[in-house]
Order: sequence, then C-alpha cells, then structure tokens
Amino acid sequence: MSMELIKQGIHLDFVGKMKYAIIFSTIVAIISIGSVILHRGLNLGIDFAGGSIIQVKFQNDVSADQIRVALKSTKLESSTIQQFGEKEFLIHTHESFSDQKMLAANVVQPLSAAFNKDYEIRRVEVVGSKVGADFTRKAVIAVILSWLAMLIYVGWRFEFRYGLGGIIALIHDVIIIIGTISILNMEFTLTILAAIFFIIGFSINDTIVVLDRVRENVKLNPKQKLGDVINKSVNQTLSRTILTSLTVFLTVLALFFFGGAVIHDFSLALLVGVVFGTYSSVFISCPIVLLFEKQQPSNMKGKK
Amino acid sequence: MFKSIKIRMAITAIVCLVALYFLIPTLIPQLPSPWNEYFPKDKIHLGLDLQGGMHLVLEVDTEKAMESMMERSANDLKESLMENKVRFRKVERATGATISLELTDSAGRATLDKILRDHYLDLEVASSAPHEGGQTVILKINDKRAIDLKKLTVEHSLETIRNRVDQFGIAEPEIVPEGDNRIMIQLPGIQDPERAKNLIGKTALLEFKIVDDESSLDEALRGNIPEGDIIAYGLRTDKATGQKGSMPYLIKNKTLLTGASLETAKVQISDRFGEPNVSIKFNSQGSTDFDRITNDNVRRRLAIVLDGVVHSAPVIQERISGGQAQITGNFTMDEARDLAIVLRAGALPAPVNILEERTVGPSLGSDSIRHGILATLIGSLLVILFMIVYYRLSGAIADLALIINIVLVLGVLVLFKATLTLPGIAGLLLTIGVAVDANILIFERIREELRTGKTVRLALETGYNRAFLTIIDTHITGIVSAIFLIIFGTGPIKGFAVTTIIGLSASLFTAVFVTRVIFDYFTRNFNIKKLSI
Repeated sequence: MSMELIKQGIHLDFVGKMKYAIIFSTIVAIISIGSVILHRGLNLGIDFAGGSIIQVKFQNDVSADQIRVALKSTKLESSTIQQFGEKEFLIHTHESFSDQKMLAANVVQPLSAAFNKDYEIRRVEVVGSKVGADFTRKAVIAVILSWLAMLIYVGWRFEFRYGLGGIIALIHDVIIIIGTISILNMEFTLTILAAIFFIIGFSINDTIVVLDRVRENVKLNPKQKLGDVINKSVNQTLSRTILTSLTVFLTVLALFFFGGAVIHDFSLALLVGVVFGTYSSVFISCPIVLLFEKQQPSNMKGKK
Repeated sequence: MFKSIKIRMAITAIVCLVALYFLIPTLIPQLPSPWNEYFPKDKIHLGLDLQGGMHLVLEVDTEKAMESMMERSANDLKESLMENKVRFRKVERATGATISLELTDSAGRATLDKILRDHYLDLEVASSAPHEGGQTVILKINDKRAIDLKKLTVEHSLETIRNRVDQFGIAEPEIVPEGDNRIMIQLPGIQDPERAKNLIGKTALLEFKIVDDESSLDEALRGNIPEGDIIAYGLRTDKATGQKGSMPYLIKNKTLLTGASLETAKVQISDRFGEPNVSIKFNSQGSTDFDRITNDNVRRRLAIVLDGVVHSAPVIQERISGGQAQITGNFTMDEARDLAIVLRAGALPAPVNILEERTVGPSLGSDSIRHGILATLIGSLLVILFMIVYYRLSGAIADLALIINIVLVLGVLVLFKATLTLPGIAGLLLTIGVAVDANILIFERIREELRTGKTVRLALETGYNRAFLTIIDTHITGIVSAIFLIIFGTGPIKGFAVTTIIGLSASLFTAVFVTRVIFDYFTRNFNIKKLSI
C-alpha cells in the first residue's frame, strides 16, 4: 500500500474557485504595492543604493545602543545598526567608504575606544553609487527579460495565451515577494534578487506541468470544455505539485534555520516565493488561460 | 536512446567515476604519496565569501590619463612652435583633454598645421576662431586615437596592478578587466585589506624636480607664484613632539626624470638610525639623465615627488654618476617594502577609483562554510527521508540519483574551475529540492499507469516517456532563469547561478537516465510483479 498525500480520484473545483483566487491575489498584490508606496520605495541595500556595511562581532554582550553611542559624532552617526546573530551587528550607512582612512577614523578608532579591542570586523562591503545604479538598471532589465524569455518559451512550446497566463502568474509572484520584503522592512539586495530568479524558474515549472497535462487531456477528449479539462488536469497533477513544493520547501526551511545570518533574508524570500509560486501556478495561471479562452477560443488540438 | 542496458550502465559508471576522480583531492586533502601522482591537484575553488578575502572593482580614470597626455603635448608643442619661430601668446591645456593655443600672427597657422601633420599625428584641430591680430586654435585628440589610448591605459593599469600583486605575494589572485574601464580584483585570504588597497590603488608617479630657491616661498604662498613654478607639500614629523605636519615647497614644475627611468628599487636599512629607506637604481638612459641633471644643478635641492607629495628634497652636493639614489622619509618597514614594490612595478598610467569593495574575514568565511554544509546536510536528509517514506524502494533509487547529482555538480565545479560561494551552496541545496521533482513527476505518472492495470514494465515505460518532455521543459526554464543572474557578474550571486545551472543539467542525467537504468536492470533481471513505489 503506497503512501498518498492526495487521495486518488480527487476532484476539487479549482476553476469554480478561481473568482475567489483572483480577488485574493488582487488584494495581496494591492497590499504589496501599497506597502512599497507607503515606504516610499523599496529599502534598497548597498548593492543598489550604494553605501557601506560593516559586520562586527563582539566578544561580550553589547547592545545596538552602546554601538550607536560609540559611533556618535563620526560619519556613521546616522547609520542603521542591526543585530545580526549572536553578539554580532551590521552597521549600515549610505556613505561609500572607498577611502581606507575614513574607515579607520569612523569605525576602528571609535569602536576601539569604546570596546577596547574586544571585537572583530568580519565583513566590509562598500559599493559606490555608480555601481549601485548599474546593478539597479541590470536588475530591472534582467527581470523583464526573464519574463519575456519565459513568455517566448511557453508560447513556443504551447501557445501564446498559455505563455501569458504563466507570465501573469510570475509577475504576481514577484510582486508578492517584493511586497513581503517591503512589509517586513527588509533590505532589497542582490541575494534577494537571486531568490526572485529562482522563484521565477520554480513557479513557471508548476505552470508547465499543468499545461502539459492540459494539452494531453485535450488530445484525449477533444470535445470536453476547456474549463473542465483544466480542472481535471490540475487535479491530476495536484499530488505532484504539492510533493515538489514540499521537497523544495523542506530544503528552503533547512536554509532558513541552519544557513546562517548571511543568507537569512534570502531564505525568507524563498519561503514566501515557494508558497505563492505554487499557489499562483494552480490558481492564477490556469484561470487566466481560461479567461483568454473565453475571449477568443483557440484550438489546442493542432499543436504537438 | 541506448537500448542496451549494459551500455547505459557503463555510461553511468564512467560519468560517476570521472566526477569522483576530480573530487578526490577535495575529499581527501592529504593523499598518500604514490596516489597523489594520479589525481588532479585542483580542489573545489571556494569563493571569497567562504574562504575570506577581498573583492575590488576599480575604475581607471582614463579621462585623467587623456588630460595628462595633453598636458605633456602642450609643453612639447610650445617648444616645437618656438623652434619653428611661430609667434604665440599662450599654449596650454584647456578644459578636459584639449589644448588651447593663441597665435599672435595669422601667418603662423600654416606652420602650425605643418608641425601637427609632421609630429603630432594624435592631435587635430577641433575649432579655430580668428581674432584681432591672430587666432585661437583648439586642439583635441582624434577620436580613434582617443579610444586606442583609453584601451591602452586600462591594459597598462591592469598589467601594473598584476605586477604589484604578484610581487606582494598573494596566492591565486584574480585580476581581470570588466567592461570598458573597470578592473575586477579578487585577493583570497588577505590579512591586511587596507595595506593591499594602498598598494593597488597608489598611482606611484615618481618625479624628480628642482626646488626653486631663487624665489621667495613666502611670496608664493601669498599667491604670487613665479611662472613655471608650483607649490607642493611634503610630510614632516616633528622629531621633538612626534606631531605630523605638512611643509610647503616651491618647486619648478618641469619634471626632469620620472619613475619610468628606474631599473629597480629595494628596501635598505640606513646605518645611522636603523630606519628603512628605498634605494633606487636608474636604467642606463636614466643614469645618463641623472648624471646630467645633478651636474647642472649642484648646490640646488632636488625634490623627490611621489604622487604630488614631496618625500625629500636633499641638496645636490656633487654630480652623481652611477645612477643610484635613496628615497627617505620616515617609512615603516611595511611602507618601505610596499613603496619598493610599486616603484618596481611602475606607475599607474591613470588614477584608479575604488567602485566596489567586499572584504570578508576568514572567521566569517569558515562560519559560512559550517552553516552551508549543515543546511545542505539537513536539507538533503529531509528530502532523502521524505522520498524513502513516500516512495519506498523507488524513492531510494531516486535518492541514489540525488547523491550522484551532488557528486556530479561538485565534480563539474572542479573541472571547470568554477567557484563555490555561499549562495552557491544554497543553489546546490535548492537544486536537490528541484531535482527530485523529475522523479516525483515520473513516479506519480507510474502510479497512475499502474492504477489502470498496466504491468510494471509497461507502467515504467509509459511513466518515463510521458514525463520526459515535461521534465525537459521544467529544466530548461529553470536554467534560463538562472542564466539571467550571470550578467550581474559579482562573485556570490554568480556562484548561485552556476551551481543551479550545473545542478539542473546534472539532474536531467541522474533523475531521468540513471534511475531508468536501475529500474530497467531490476525489471529485466528479476521477475518483479509489484513495484515498491
């Protein structure tokens, strides 16, 4: 007797629920975009905005306030200080310390004065505003190009409207990840961008699996209504969709809990992305294909 | 594809063995003596975020190089005009990389054009405007030559930095051009990032100039600088108080000799105070020039200027033949050593600006390795357990494929000398999560086929065939989305993209090809009535 998470012969009415799904997604997307607007844009990390981060580990228990006091009347006075693991802090400033003397005068000397030598500077990252602007431009171009690439690929393998369904689901996923980052006031960094790209690849996968099944079922039952075919296909692939999401979720969970502070935000973005990526491929991309179908019926049968 | 199960098993075995072959040096760091001959030397190359080190992106200020080239051309041109008896009011570098030239006699224009044609092929007339009793001519570098010069400047800077880093003694540095005028530098395991930055970023333009003792320094400081002179500052440490201050010098702007004429430079300890100084030796042309310069300027002071700062200005006691000199100036041992390195490696043709710097200390790196390995172990164990619980023996076969997948990814990383970063480890772990997707797709399909009453062999056949195209699609889209990340080019993120791409490609082989071989082997050799799936 094999183990089954999803009972065979299951028949949930996904297509019937699509109205609610679209309402739900619209609300979540509005909240996401609203949060970004309320925060006056994303909290861009130094990769995009330029600036410096300095990671310091102390030997004794130290509070962020103590560090703030130590850095008073230096150029780091208005920097953000954030706890980052045990006895470890991130000092973040919009200054680009390209000059080493600045770093010595504004970090090393005041910290040494306040905490003796009981600390270690473990990481220094400085990104000039020019590089930051470059990365921002590249990021926007890359995300849009990747959407286009997916649209073209799915359009080529299936049909253009199927590609459109997939892309809208992808845009939906990216908006929600960005919204989560904004709501939690996390920094938008290059690693977050990497997470977004992973989710783009992951989410389109689910969509393709369902669409593959739709195509197969259309061939088997050419007379059936597309809505029924889609519903049947989603149900048939449901156990696979959930199992795969589960295995990816397990690995992301391991990253989240054991991967360390450096990739903590990355893992969090992935967790959100995996959940919504799975949801969107079932509840968003398929209904949209159906919506397009109602506007303009197509013929899936001719395609191989 | 390949019908023969033996051939397919052989392919699987060979691929695994090749991957293992490349992985052995990483897995067993100290191979016993007769064995280490047979295996490659390369281990998995760890990114700077894992092993600690410094990542720098520099921008070569090519505009500055153009400007100083025009500065020199303006001086040369002035002399050429005088030789050819062309009358002019002034010749000087104007804004940016242009030369502004005021002829007092319109007849001089023809001669100017001839001089430019014969001796200054790089220059061309940008504009000219006649005015009362002459005309103003603006010269610029011709566009094609400007592009070449900028390219040369970047290449020369790259070469100089490479020399400096080599002489500094850093294992496995990576110094590569990036874009038009950027240089990316990776220095693994660097202990003193400040010192390294100083060494790399220093222009190190060494110039010898004569101190103008005939004019008044005080007068010059008040703003009346004599024609052809400049004020430069030197560092001075008060011996009594130890306080550091700066000291002005009035020097003649004309550079008599530069660091380009050096043959070598080395650290010496002076006899009297045990202080280090840098001893320099000129090449043969430099020696001749130095001989002449010292001969012409006995009793005057010779300023040794490095990057615009006067290091010392000793009085020339007598003509110096033999081409030897010392640069003194309160150096620490490290400073003297670094100065000798930059003088030997030569000056940068243009100033460089640090655009991006990422330094990771060794302790954070090893923490990250520990976290990365822990997360990967726990994550893969969870997936492996899940597959066995859910799919029993079939799950175990998929797990075997997973393990082969990990070995392949690491082996390919070594083979292509790719870099493993912390996000790269995350990518590897995520690939594990995604790679089983192929098996889940296949197994779910097989279960469906079995439910319709098909035999084990037929269900396997249909399951694999039906799922195959879907698997190709999902892998290709995954790879395509990862490729977009490579354009960002920075270490850690690129590492993520690379492991994801290799992992997905490997999973096509392991999850589809390898598991199929194992299933086929069992179903053909044993009479299996019921599949453990």
